[in-house]
Amino acid sequence: MSQSSRKKLLLMGRSGSGKSSMRLIIFSNYSAFDTRRLGATIDVEHSHLRFLGNMTLNLWDCGGQDVFMDNYFTSQKDHIFKMVQVLIHVFDVESKSINKDIDIFVKALTNLQQFSLDAKIFVLLHKMDLVQIDKRAELFHIMMDRLQKISNPYQFKLVGFPTSIWDESLYKAWSLIVCSLIPNMNLFNSSLLKLNKILDADEIILFEKTTFLVISSTALIQHQMQLQASESTPGLPDALDPKRFEKISNIIKTYKQSTSKLRANFLNLVIRGSNGLQFYIDVLTDNLFIMIVLKSHDDDSKFVNTHEDLVILDNIKAARKWFEKIENTK
Amino acid sequence: MEQKVESDTNATILLMGLRRGGKSSICKVVFHNMQPLDTLYLESTLKPTSEQFLSLIDLSVMELPGQLNYFEPTYDSERLFSSVGALVYVIDSQDEYLNALTNLSMIIEYAYKVNPQIHIEVLIHKIDGLSEDYRMDAQRDIMQRTGDELLDLGLEGVQVSFYLTSIFDHSIYEAFSRIVQKLITELPSLENMLDNLVAHSSIDKVFLFDVNSKIYVATDSSPVDIQTYEVCAEFIDITIDLDDLYLESENKNNGNAQPTNRNEIRSVSHLSNGSVLYLKQMIRGLALVALIRNDEENSSAKDSNMDELLTVIDYNVGCFKKSLMKMWESAKFKTAVNTANGNGSA
Repeated sequence: MSQSSRKKLLLMGRSGSGKSSMRLIIFSNYSAFDTRRLGATIDVEHSHLRFLGNMTLNLWDCGGQDVFMDNYFTSQKDHIFKMVQVLIHVFDVESKSINKDIDIFVKALTNLQQFSLDAKIFVLLHKMDLVQIDKRAELFHIMMDRLQKISNPYQFKLVGFPTSIWDESLYKAWSLIVCSLIPNMNLFNSSLLKLNKILDADEIILFEKTTFLVISSTALIQHQMQLQASESTPGLPDALDPKRFEKISNIIKTYKQSTSKLRANFLNLVIRGSNGLQFYIDVLTDNLFIMIVLKSHDDDSKFVNTHEDLVILDNIKAARKWFEKIENTK
Repeated sequence: MEQKVESDTNATILLMGLRRGGKSSICKVVFHNMQPLDTLYLESTLKPTSEQFLSLIDLSVMELPGQLNYFEPTYDSERLFSSVGALVYVIDSQDEYLNALTNLSMIIEYAYKVNPQIHIEVLIHKIDGLSEDYRMDAQRDIMQRTGDELLDLGLEGVQVSFYLTSIFDHSIYEAFSRIVQKLITELPSLENMLDNLVAHSSIDKVFLFDVNSKIYVATDSSPVDIQTYEVCAEFIDITIDLDDLYLESENKNNGNAQPTNRNEIRSVSHLSNGSVLYLKQMIRGLALVALIRNDEENSSAKDSNMDELLTVIDYNVGCFKKSLMKMWESAKFKTAVNTANGNGSA
C-alpha cells in the first residue's frame, strides 16, 4: 500500500542544464531570480515531497557533471535506476555539445530498460527563453523528432515540453508530469464536474497546495471529453488565454511570497472583477486549493453584498468533505 | 502652450542629474513597469522628454539629459524652472559624486532664484551596490557637502530632502510617493479622511495607491512600514493580473470597452495570522488598499466578527470614495478657474 504511493522521479541532464533551478522553483518556492546563485549539485540530492496527502514524491536530483554521470551508469546503476516511475531528462537548448547530451540520454534509456521497464519518460527542452520566439516551435519539433527516433529501439514513448524558468511553461510541464502520477484522477475530475453543476461556475480549477501545480480544471476536462467525442475539433474553443492556468499558478506563488513578508500564509482571496466576474480562491483540503470563477447574472451586480461571498465560501467548505474522501481512497 | 504650462504648474516634476545617473531607468521602472534588470539596455537620453500621468493630479515628469548645458543663453531655463513643482536630482552613489554635488548646488542656486516655491529632492541612487553601513555614511557625506556648498553660495534657508533609492527594491517608489505627495494640495484633507477611516474601521494601515505606478498618493498618519507597503503594492498586482486573465474575451467582443461602465474591482484576502488585505478601486486610476488586523483570540468569534467588520469597512470605504469624488470635482473646478485667470492676465 505505502509502496504504491511512493514515486521515484529521476531528474537527469548535463551539468548546468537547469535541473536544480527548476526543482527549487517548483517545490521550494524560489523565484526565478533566486536561482542565479546556485552552484553545481554534488552527486545526487534527494528530496522527499508529500504531494496530495498520501503520495510521496522521491525526487532524485542527479548532479550532471561527468564524474558523477560515469558513476551513475557504472557502479551505482542498479541503485539509481531501480523502481523508477518517471525519468525527467532536461536538455539545455543552448548546449554546445548536443551529441554528448544525447549520448547520456541514450545511456539513461538503456539502464531504464534494464531496471524499470514501465517508467514514463519526459523530456524538457529547457532555457527556451534564449531562443527567438518564432524559432521555438520549429526547434522543439526537430529536437523531439530526433530524440523519439533515438528512443524507438528502447520502446519508450517520449513526452516533451519546451520550458523556461522565466515564464509559465515550467508549471505546465510539471503539472502534467505530476498529474500522470495521480492514480485517481478520474474521481477528481468527476467530482469537479459535479461541483460545477451545483455552483454553475464559469470555471473551477484545482491546485496542489504547496507547489500550486494545476491538478484539474473544468475547462481541461471538457476539452478532453470533446477530444474523445470527436477528434476533428482540435484546440480549445473558448477565447480565454490558454496559458491562464500556469499564469495563475505563477501569480498565486508570487502572492504567497509576498504575504510571507507579513509572516503569514493566505487563506483565501475573493476578488470582484471589473467585468462582473467573481474569483474565489480558497483552501479546499489540506493539500488542495480551489479557484472558482463565477459570472454574476443579475444586472445590478453593484449591490452584490458580502453574503453572496459567504455562500460560495460555505459551498467550498461543504465540498471539502468529498474531496478529502477522494484523497484518502488509494 | 502658454496656458498649459500655467494650468499644471504645481504638478510637474523635473528629473535632473549627471549622465548615466539612472534617470531614465527610474522613469521606466516607476511609470512604465519595466523590469529593473531590463533597464541595463536603455540608451542614453539625448533630448528633454516629458510625459504625462493622469492620477489624482495630472502629473507630468520631465527628464533632462545629463549632458545638456542648462545655462546656455539659448536654453530657456528660466521658464523651465518657474513652471515646475519639484526638482528631483539623481546622484549615482556608486560613482564619484563630487562633480554631481557642484552641479547640484549650481542648479539649486538658479532654480531657487527663479522659483522659491520649488521643492528640491535629492535621490542618492543605486544604493543596492553599497553595503548597509556604507549607505548611511554616503548619505551623511552627501548631505554635509551639499549643505556646505549651499552655505558658500549664501543659500541658507533652502529645504533639500534626501532619499536613499534603488530601482531593485521598493525604496524608489517610497521616495517618489513622498515627492508626489508634496505636490498634492489636497493632501492634508486626504490624510484626514484616511485617518477617519482608520479610526472607525479598525484598519491597521491604509494606502491610497496609484495603480499604474504603485506610488501611494496618500496614507493615514501612522508610520509607514516598508514591508506593509510592499505587500499592499503586490496585492494590487495580483488582483489586477488575475482580473486581466479573464478579461481578454470580453475585450475581443467590443473593441474598446469603456472603463466607466465596468464594475469597481474589490478584493479581499484572509491571511493565516488573522489579518485581512482589502482592496477597492477608487476614481482616476487610484485604489485603496488596507491591512486589517484582528486580534480576537477565539477563532470562530474571529470569523464572524471579521465578516461584520468587512461590511462596515465596505460601507465606510464607499463613503470615502464619494467624498474623494467630491473633492476631485472641486479640485477640477479650482484649476479651471486658475486657467481662466491665467488667460485673463495674459
